[in-house]
Amino acid sequence: MKKIIADREIDVNEEGYLVDFNQWDKDVCAYLAEEQGISMTEKHWEVVEYLQDKFQKEEPLSIRGIKKSGVINIKEFYSLFPGGPLKKSTLIAGIPKPKSCI
Amino acid sequence: MMKNLVILGAGTSGTMMANHLVSSLPKKEWKISIVDQYKTHYYQPGFLFLPFDIYTTKQVKKKGSKFLPKDVNYIQEKIDLIEPENNKVCLANGKELSYDVLIVATGTKTVPEEIEGMKGPKWYKNIFDFYTYEGAKALRDKFRTWEGGKLVVHITEMPIKCPVAPLEFAFLADSYFKNKGMRDKVDITFVTPLDGAFTKPRATEALHYLLEEKNIKEVTSFNIERVDYENNKIIDYGDTEVEYDLLVTVPTNMGDPLLERSGLGDDLNYIPTNKATLQSIDHENIFAIGDATNIPASKAGSVAHFEAEILTENILRYINNEELKEDFDGHANCFIETGGGKALLIDFNYTTEPVEGTFPFPGVGPLRLLKESRMNHMGKLAFRWIYWNMLLKGVPIPFVDAKMSEKGKQLEKTQ
Repeated sequence: MKKIIADREIDVNEEGYLVDFNQWDKDVCAYLAEEQGISMTEKHWEVVEYLQDKFQKEEPLSIRGIKKSGVINIKEFYSLFPGGPLKKSTLIAGIPKPKSCI
Repeated sequence: MMKNLVILGAGTSGTMMANHLVSSLPKKEWKISIVDQYKTHYYQPGFLFLPFDIYTTKQVKKKGSKFLPKDVNYIQEKIDLIEPENNKVCLANGKELSYDVLIVATGTKTVPEEIEGMKGPKWYKNIFDFYTYEGAKALRDKFRTWEGGKLVVHITEMPIKCPVAPLEFAFLADSYFKNKGMRDKVDITFVTPLDGAFTKPRATEALHYLLEEKNIKEVTSFNIERVDYENNKIIDYGDTEVEYDLLVTVPTNMGDPLLERSGLGDDLNYIPTNKATLQSIDHENIFAIGDATNIPASKAGSVAHFEAEILTENILRYINNEELKEDFDGHANCFIETGGGKALLIDFNYTTEPVEGTFPFPGVGPLRLLKESRMNHMGKLAFRWIYWNMLLKGVPIPFVDAKMSEKGKQLEKTQ
């Protein structure tokens, strides 16, 4: 389905995750963050870049991975993206929701 | 000169591979060895039933060597190190095994030490696991005299072996306490790091009624930080707390420390493996099977069974210098006990969600997918016999194919 994000038509799935990462940019990111009640700080951007890097290398994302990332500890991760940090941060980063369904 | 194929681990996967390979590798050219430090082979699916006195301890353990073919060199010894650059395995007794082909089948283990306060003074007092023989047995003894209170069934982090077992545990607990006439004294809560009780969205949707029907509360997206064993509560990183009187947890699952020592494991000590061929990513003569791999399939005996057929073929191809078949599709099928003498059956793979339909005969069954039935429960119990008598020995299970069949099923692709 389509959604208007930052004055553009973006393809998203039922849960609002971007379907095509190529449509992502910083404006889209900030818009999605705001929808989640988050205003982006430098630390947020750092996390988003880390997540996108992992995604591009096809490495699975997990809370354990965050712990070892060296970018952020888990307490901070929760305070930056309150509620569901992994779910919210991936949505904002324009990458698929991690499936820890195995 | 004789060549050597070495299998590490004589659990479900290793034993199946030994049985497959002994009949497919030319005896004059290949010597097959299998190494495992333990004498006992456990029927791990039985650990689910042990706490509820449905199975006895005798039904879930047998001597492992009984299931290994005579022509295989069985070594009962601890493994110290794999040296991939020298193509050899060092054993704890100082002996070395050279290999031309190595199969890693060292499985996965629970590591309660990963979470602060879990394996502390209350371990096996009011904090239990049921993924080990010792844990399941200790929990059985606890349940026999427990007078009720808050029972919390908890998953620490994914991936875990047999992802639906914790939920089955909650269902069986509901039945068990009903039968004891004390269900009103037991409050059951299911706590998971996932955003639903079932591991696949399709199944969550279809099966959520079971939780409501059985009055099992649910806490989702709970990433545990620590167990506060003094105040009987578990606490997650977002500071959510869940109180318990009796905590039944599935601790972090990790691959064997051997893989870490040998520099072959990932963050969780699983060996990076090609998900379609089962060859290890870093070494062409090392293959991996079952729970030891990092492939995104369920860690379950049925998966290992399907992998074993494909891995056998790929090992034959490898030694004949042929291209490997990219044939493994992540196929898993499993029975889910729902309590009250009923069970569900689910069937899925890398790309297909659990589906409704009939199994193994399209349109006929007798087993029904994603629907509760008594027949499915009988199937689950019959599986113990199949495991000991057919599966381990590599006897093909009739009508069940390694690759998932799409006949008679209502398919829905995963995103």
